[in-house]
Amino acid sequence: MATAAAAEQGMGARRGLGLGGIVFIVLVAAALAFPVVFRLPYHRDLAIRILLYATMAQAWNILAGYCGQVSLGHAVFFGTGAYTASALQMHWGVNPWIGLIAGVAVAVALSQGIGRPCFRLRGHYFAIATIAIGEIIHTLAINWDFIGGARGLTLPIKQDSLLAFQFSGSKFIYYYIVLALMAGCFLVTWHIERSRIGYYLRAIREDADAAQSVGIPVAKYKLIAIAISAAFVAMGGTFYAQYTLYLDPDSVFPLSLSILVCLLAVVGGVGTLWGPLVGTALMIPLSEWTRIQFGGTGSGVDLIIYGGLLTTVAVFQPTGFVGLVRRWRRR
Amino acid sequence: MGSAGRGLHPRFASMFTVPTVDVLVQGIISGLLMGCIYALIAAGLSLIFGLMEIVNFAHGEFLMIGMYTAFWMYALFAVDPLLSVPICAAVLFVVGVLVHKGIIRRILSAPMLAQIFATFGLGIFLRAMAQFLWTPDFRQVSNPLVQGPVRLFGISVGLPQLVASLASLVAFGLLYWFITHTETGAALEATAQDRQAAALMGINTERMFTLGWGISSACVGVAGAFLASFFYVFPYVGSLFALLAYVIVALGGFGSIPGSLVAGILIGVIEVLAGLLIAPAFKYVAVFAIYLVVVLIRPQGLFGKF
Amino acid sequence: MVLLTLNGVTKRFGGLLANNNVSFEVDEGEILGLIGPNGAGKSTLFEQINGFYPPTAGRIEFRGQSLVGLRPDQVNRLGIGRTFQKVKPFLGMTVIENVMVAAMQYDPDPAKARRDALTFLEIVELADQRDTSARSLSIGGRKRLEMARAMATKPRLLLLDEVTGGVDQRTIPTLLQLISRLRKEQGLTLVVIEHNMRVIMSISDRIVALHLGEVIANGTPAEVVRSPKVIEAYLGDSFVVPETNRAPGSGRA
Repeated sequence: MATAAAAEQGMGARRGLGLGGIVFIVLVAAALAFPVVFRLPYHRDLAIRILLYATMAQAWNILAGYCGQVSLGHAVFFGTGAYTASALQMHWGVNPWIGLIAGVAVAVALSQGIGRPCFRLRGHYFAIATIAIGEIIHTLAINWDFIGGARGLTLPIKQDSLLAFQFSGSKFIYYYIVLALMAGCFLVTWHIERSRIGYYLRAIREDADAAQSVGIPVAKYKLIAIAISAAFVAMGGTFYAQYTLYLDPDSVFPLSLSILVCLLAVVGGVGTLWGPLVGTALMIPLSEWTRIQFGGTGSGVDLIIYGGLLTTVAVFQPTGFVGLVRRWRRR
Repeated sequence: MGSAGRGLHPRFASMFTVPTVDVLVQGIISGLLMGCIYALIAAGLSLIFGLMEIVNFAHGEFLMIGMYTAFWMYALFAVDPLLSVPICAAVLFVVGVLVHKGIIRRILSAPMLAQIFATFGLGIFLRAMAQFLWTPDFRQVSNPLVQGPVRLFGISVGLPQLVASLASLVAFGLLYWFITHTETGAALEATAQDRQAAALMGINTERMFTLGWGISSACVGVAGAFLASFFYVFPYVGSLFALLAYVIVALGGFGSIPGSLVAGILIGVIEVLAGLLIAPAFKYVAVFAIYLVVVLIRPQGLFGKF
Repeated sequence: MVLLTLNGVTKRFGGLLANNNVSFEVDEGEILGLIGPNGAGKSTLFEQINGFYPPTAGRIEFRGQSLVGLRPDQVNRLGIGRTFQKVKPFLGMTVIENVMVAAMQYDPDPAKARRDALTFLEIVELADQRDTSARSLSIGGRKRLEMARAMATKPRLLLLDEVTGGVDQRTIPTLLQLISRLRKEQGLTLVVIEHNMRVIMSISDRIVALHLGEVIANGTPAEVVRSPKVIEAYLGDSFVVPETNRAPGSGRA
């Protein structure tokens, strides 16, 4: 399976394992061994955040990269996942794993509610519509006391256990949970890429009218894409809630989070399988580094780099870092 | 009656305490005035979209640059914002031309994703740069030339707001006159209507695009100078106005300059009324809801050529 | 057997009347040419048959089933394929992937779709460029690609919109051969919009002529070319000769 995967990525595998296959195995081993080697909470937290963002960026990539529908309000699904599970837990004591599933259900329903009317809109108008919806929901959340309003929700501290989805002692298990989430998202994307749905999504991205004229029910596939995308982002949201045990609208619904998710995927390589992970693995540590170098007074140096990279990528190398690597390897 | 009797959260009290006529009229007038400024900001966005079907996602940041230019002219050289209008216009004109030549020109036939993120990234970059250079502190022109309230038909209105709106109307009028009564303006319109036909008629489309970006940015620079005379200046100030501008352009009709005026004033008033009649936090919810309704039900807006 | 029927098809865009009471039939196995000056409403008919928008009035039936109100993908799955006047290939995909997408309608397995796609590419003589990007094709290549893509949906009726438009003269005979092969070997029925009169005259069994949204002639190529209305529409009334025995344009009025 590693061989097929590597060959599919065009990473140069010809016979046997090849360079791509070896890199893949090394990465998997490194990912599995990480928290054993790095025991400091700071490093584990960084890794967890990278995996979480990578999942969200990949989920966004399914809708925007493969299907071409640029959403600039994806945080709505993150917040939905976080709040659904948490509100259920706080008001009715529902187990967070059930809450996870509920969060996915609500997020998918929301995605259909957004997609059905808005997918009729052309590219730019759709993007602005997603910003509008994101901001509306953000404001509504701030004003809805049932979910804590602006004060947010503080989740009750329970005994450490997998069942309760809480581990106050160490980040060890959290890491493996989010690693599994990310791996799941990547597996789904990998499957999409090499199956009919992937071809259909890309055709829709290239030319929706022509896609229709060859028998592709465009509206249906767009709705499928946003449903899958929303599901994974929502799971990320529930994970986040259980990880930090506190959430408020400004941390799970803000426009800045929606923008970050796009950014990571685009810089890494939108429309590619590895782009979102590469982008996140590069950008998040970079962000950390600039924060340390330039002080935490909100100087936002990382955003300067982000913005510059985003424009540069969009203009010169739309397939981002991954595209750059591919071009270099073809020489 | 009152909200307590209904067991409502005090935040929504305003929904059931109808504001007095005085307050309403005050609100509407101030909304009208702000609307004129919004219209000028939106006109630039509409112009570019009509010309090349590209939404400038950094439009708000252009406004921000205009505001900062006016502010620094004041802070460093004691030039009142109203007097720095020509400078702001010139600075932003240059910015617009540079952005077109450096970025936009290269993505005219690129896929949608690239077009969106090219200007989106620019916006992020400019915001972050402004924050890095000038800190997130809110700046204010503390002693503008024009200040204080003025009484109009018994309503108290800030003089800077009044002057800024009237001046915006003048600028808007100048823009409209330019488009409809000059040869270059006609060429611009022609390019917007049908790029190929215009090229066949000998119009240099590349020059039209560059001019369009320059004018659009200059408009927003002028609006920035006006705003700086009474509004706080800070790195993220542009985002707010930009979001309103998108709604205004959609409502007025993408590509329609007169539409921007009507829609700008409408949105200005609706923003205030929503704040008064629903709750201050919901000002923007109402405006965004309008965007969604317009774009889904009447995509061409009020006057647009969809 | 009648495959496609248009009956009283009228299309209004606001104040503009694009099609006015257009009626004709297409028999199975024939090649029907659709001609008319620019703005006559030809492509608009295709859009309505295809399902991109519905007619304001009138009926469109394919094999006895009404097409009005169906989405384009539903129309395609009923058995109608089309190409576009301004080619719309999937630029970001390779030549063969373009056709695979269409072939997957019948089998979701990409490997099998790839094999199917290859046969269609061979028919249009693009098989040797199968793994190049669609972007790198010339206009003529892109037009052939569109034909292969449409054919991969295994239609009964193929709508070709100006396949020779923008293609250089040398390639036209190849395209013509391709079109007649499509009818003979694939058993396709074709409706062809064309501006190139020589092309349309040589391949059509029948021709329907449109002018200002209305049908002004419907018959064999020989009949249509002598029709006074057609001559008037194309060349102006100074060229109309009262007796239809005279060859058109052979004398000044």
